[in-house]
Amino acid sequence: MSDLNQEMAERYKNNFLKEIEEQAEMGEWVKMCMQCGLCSGSCPTNFHSGWDHPPQEIFMLIRAGKREEVLNSEGMYMCTSCYNCYVRCPRKVPVTHVMHGIAEYAYRIGRAPKAQPTLHLSKTFWSNATKYGRVNEVQLTQSLYFKDGVGAGIKKGLEMKDVALGLVKAGRLNPLEALGMGHKCKDIKGIHAMLAKAEELEARNKAAKGKE
Amino acid sequence: MARKEYAFYPGCSSQKGASASNYLVSVESMCKTLDIKMTEIPDWNCCGASISYAEAGELPRHVMNARNFALAETNLPGQDIVATCAACWLGARESKERLEHSSGLMADTQTALKEAGLAIKVIPEVRHMVEVLIEDLGYDELKKPVKKPLQGMKFAGYVGCQTNRPFGIAGESFENPMYLDKLIETVGGEAVKYDQKVTCCGGALAFSEPEKAQGQIKDIIEAAYDGGAEMIVTPCPLCQANVEVYQGQINKRYGTKFDIPVLYYSQLMTLAYGGSAKDAGLNGNVVRARKLEEFAGK
Repeated sequence: MSDLNQEMAERYKNNFLKEIEEQAEMGEWVKMCMQCGLCSGSCPTNFHSGWDHPPQEIFMLIRAGKREEVLNSEGMYMCTSCYNCYVRCPRKVPVTHVMHGIAEYAYRIGRAPKAQPTLHLSKTFWSNATKYGRVNEVQLTQSLYFKDGVGAGIKKGLEMKDVALGLVKAGRLNPLEALGMGHKCKDIKGIHAMLAKAEELEARNKAAKGKE
Repeated sequence: MARKEYAFYPGCSSQKGASASNYLVSVESMCKTLDIKMTEIPDWNCCGASISYAEAGELPRHVMNARNFALAETNLPGQDIVATCAACWLGARESKERLEHSSGLMADTQTALKEAGLAIKVIPEVRHMVEVLIEDLGYDELKKPVKKPLQGMKFAGYVGCQTNRPFGIAGESFENPMYLDKLIETVGGEAVKYDQKVTCCGGALAFSEPEKAQGQIKDIIEAAYDGGAEMIVTPCPLCQANVEVYQGQINKRYGTKFDIPVLYYSQLMTLAYGGSAKDAGLNGNVVRARKLEEFAGK
């Protein structure tokens, strides 16, 4: 168990619903769910294999205090951010954001499934976007392909070569971005200072919860 | 002075040489005809997009958007922010709502912004290009400059997710929004009926779990063909790229023979306004829109 995971488990003892309400963004909405299942039925990825728990089940598992099962679930990372569940929920639960919030929490306390490809993309995307202030699409793609090692990366690159060539020919992929050239903000220093402060404030706010 | 002026937020994908650079080209041509002045927000940054949810956390995400608000407010006072990308629009608009509804979040945001020498007074309105076209100009005004109607051409208006949910275009339904069909008709084309108009293209999962996303993309393209469409039209850069560039892989995976061009509404409008293939960024389409290339040359 990671330290933070241990700390949270102890702080909230057997009240996992409270833990989610206080620690996960939009977690306070979980208790509003009335188990109708419209979210799960509206989810485009629900119809693929490998879905352990769709949103409706995640909500019920939280209320039933099934901490391990929720934190180990891959369900949250199936989200494509299509907002179908969000607009259809009869209780106006912002399901998309609740799923993102739980995913972020599981990851923050070191409990997210290892090697989950979409979680990996989430991490890579944010670090890529904040490095220069703007996304470097070529480096983003490279880091995804090479996440499982050089061999796998080359294989994946070859599989995707026609897609990439098509984009290069159409002027929509600049190979020079691979070298860090291309799109950047001017005030990168300011952005990094601003984000460092935001992370510090967020950590402080989350730590203060559940202690009063 | 131009008829309308906006603070332009093009977003990462619409920069020169990026994956939606032809969207930018066609938007510029379209706005020139419509006498809309778009001034880029100086030194704008990434919105964080939906996919950064796990790593970014709440405050850092909003702070990224807040920086753009502060830059727009300071440098382009009184102008609405206009995004062409669905994800930029959603991300920025969501941050605006959250910040305006939480004084605590706003106070922390201001503290973080100060580190970059910035501050927010009033967050500008955050709008999508399509909203500007429909609400500030209206279909009648959009029709006036049409010199070459796209007569006899059949398009599947693919609205997708993030220009439709959760905010959407005012007055439209989430399940069957009509604005894109109306835009197609405004420039003389035919908007076909098909049943995957608001289906998700898989979004970021097209990168991380391609087999899932490509299953969804296949359904969308199949429905467009079944509806009799010759081309697909969309307002979203990620929808455009996902539905266009994986057709070869989908053909291999499923034994289909997809070869359908996927365009932006702004490309159609540019052509109908008499613009050249180059003005419309047709050279940026991976699946070439040959019919439109011929049309532009006439």
